[in-house]
Amino acid sequence: MAYLVSHPDEVKVVSKRFGMGATHLDRYLELDGYKAVQKAISMGADAIINEVKTSNLRGRGGAGFPTGLKWSFVPKQSAKPKYVLCNGDESEPGTCKDRLIFEHDPHAVIEGVMIAALAVGAKSGYIYLRGEYRYLLEIMEKAVADAYARGFIGKNIFGSGVDLDIFTHSGAGAYEVGEESALMESLEGKRGIPRIRPPFPAVVGLWGGPTVINNAETLASVPHIILGGGEWFANLGTPRNGGTRLFCMSGELERPGVYELPMGYNLKKMIYDVSGGMTKGKNLKGVVPGGSSVQILTPDEIDVAMDFDSMMKAGSMLGSGGVIVLDDQMCIVRFALRVTKFYQHESCGWCIPCREGTDWMKKTLTRFHAGGGVAKDIDNLKYLAENMLGRTFCPLGDAAAMPVISYIQKFRKEFEDHLDGKPCPYEKAAEAALVS
Amino acid sequence: MKFSDQLEQRFATMVTHYPTKRSVLVPMLLYIQDELGAVTDEAIHEIAQRTELTDLEVRNVISYYSMLRTRPVGKYNLQVCTNVSCLLRGADDIFEHCKKKLGIGNKESTPDGLFHLEEVECIGACSWAPALMMNYEFHENLTPAKIDELIDGLKKKEEQ
Repeated sequence: MAYLVSHPDEVKVVSKRFGMGATHLDRYLELDGYKAVQKAISMGADAIINEVKTSNLRGRGGAGFPTGLKWSFVPKQSAKPKYVLCNGDESEPGTCKDRLIFEHDPHAVIEGVMIAALAVGAKSGYIYLRGEYRYLLEIMEKAVADAYARGFIGKNIFGSGVDLDIFTHSGAGAYEVGEESALMESLEGKRGIPRIRPPFPAVVGLWGGPTVINNAETLASVPHIILGGGEWFANLGTPRNGGTRLFCMSGELERPGVYELPMGYNLKKMIYDVSGGMTKGKNLKGVVPGGSSVQILTPDEIDVAMDFDSMMKAGSMLGSGGVIVLDDQMCIVRFALRVTKFYQHESCGWCIPCREGTDWMKKTLTRFHAGGGVAKDIDNLKYLAENMLGRTFCPLGDAAAMPVISYIQKFRKEFEDHLDGKPCPYEKAAEAALVS
Repeated sequence: MKFSDQLEQRFATMVTHYPTKRSVLVPMLLYIQDELGAVTDEAIHEIAQRTELTDLEVRNVISYYSMLRTRPVGKYNLQVCTNVSCLLRGADDIFEHCKKKLGIGNKESTPDGLFHLEEVECIGACSWAPALMMNYEFHENLTPAKIDELIDGLKKKEEQ
């Protein structure tokens, strides 16, 4: 369904089996499938966690939290059952990578869940997919059924004496459910309202039991780490940023697509070399490097390494791996309005700063873009956004605020060009380009 | 309301997957909707009883999820993404073209009940933008011509 692309600079780890028919269990086995989980069984829980710690694997959902450390927070002894939850609620605008993993390598996700379960002592794993990904849910359901049929999951897996069940679960349309505590609420059959933390899910998670929640790409990386070794994986990337990452290149590019590149790959090269540069006749205006919730970078800020720490230093975030490239025919106010409209739509309304803040920002930006803006709107927008930061249970409020603040900081003149009832000067340029 | 055999089987299997009954709720509501076109009052009552919830508690969950609806829409639901990656590649024009082609606006159905049109948030097709979903089917790298082809094709299929 989704088209595959490739580039010589790619280092294929997670995408190694893409396009190779690995949805079929026998083919997956030929391609080293289910070897990692058997190795993990022989290693034991502590050694698995240490290997993942050594690998410097960090959460691919967006937050970049060290995976091994996350697993080590789960208490060894627990009166309540422990769980592993795979987050496949991929919904961050600009992000379309987990889709490819589910489509091309579903057993790798299962194997990742199994290894995580062995590491923390969980007996059940859930793979949650967003409701829109129905065709992928069907692929995952078949993969799980096939693995059960072979006895790879279920009772006494690979003769280890460990029982392990894995189930798939569908969402029904909600961005916020991608946040881990809201995800648990949704799986429990409730509205996806975030939970207050602490306690963290590693201690009190699904149905009150200790729970490990990892993004699908994170879990799909784990079998490769177990087979190849933590050190090998760590060395693919930069210090404290192990491995590779699926980068989703979108916008007016010659060759948009999902590319697997080493952590720390240069952003500028990613755009001009890997993705073939801007579409003919368009110039670069800015880059949103990690899904729509992160700060924008201007063209002179993109000569930077794409890893969690370098992006933080550059004033943005690596986020979900969704690299959204803006061309010069996109009005920044229009863009801000679309981003804000999204977060306003997805805000669950639980926390007032987010519920009211996104709504006011949307109203202001709508009026502003239509030519009804006044000078103080610009600072008001920034003030609104700044007062949402850090004042909500889940990061949706931050996700709505951070980008808008950066648009105003970096493209203030473009906002000012919309003042005094003038029609948007940027979209006119776009229209003129369309006609010519 | 009586569940179809398929729903009955789904429910019987899924309810064994979780320690609480209500955990089946979100996916079950979607499966119900797939069959009935909407989560009807009768269906709400049925699932509420099965999960030991009140009808109101079920409605409370339904209202949170954007894919769930309590009234049916046109048979072919065209959900056009207009979020940023699609916006950058002309999603607004694509959406306008759909409106014109079908003669309906956002969240409206054609009088014959065949088509429904909806502007939706990111569907995860960013690298293949602009994109839409027709029911659960992804259509990507859209052009007005591709949309005409899709809609005309569906119309033809219905005439046969």
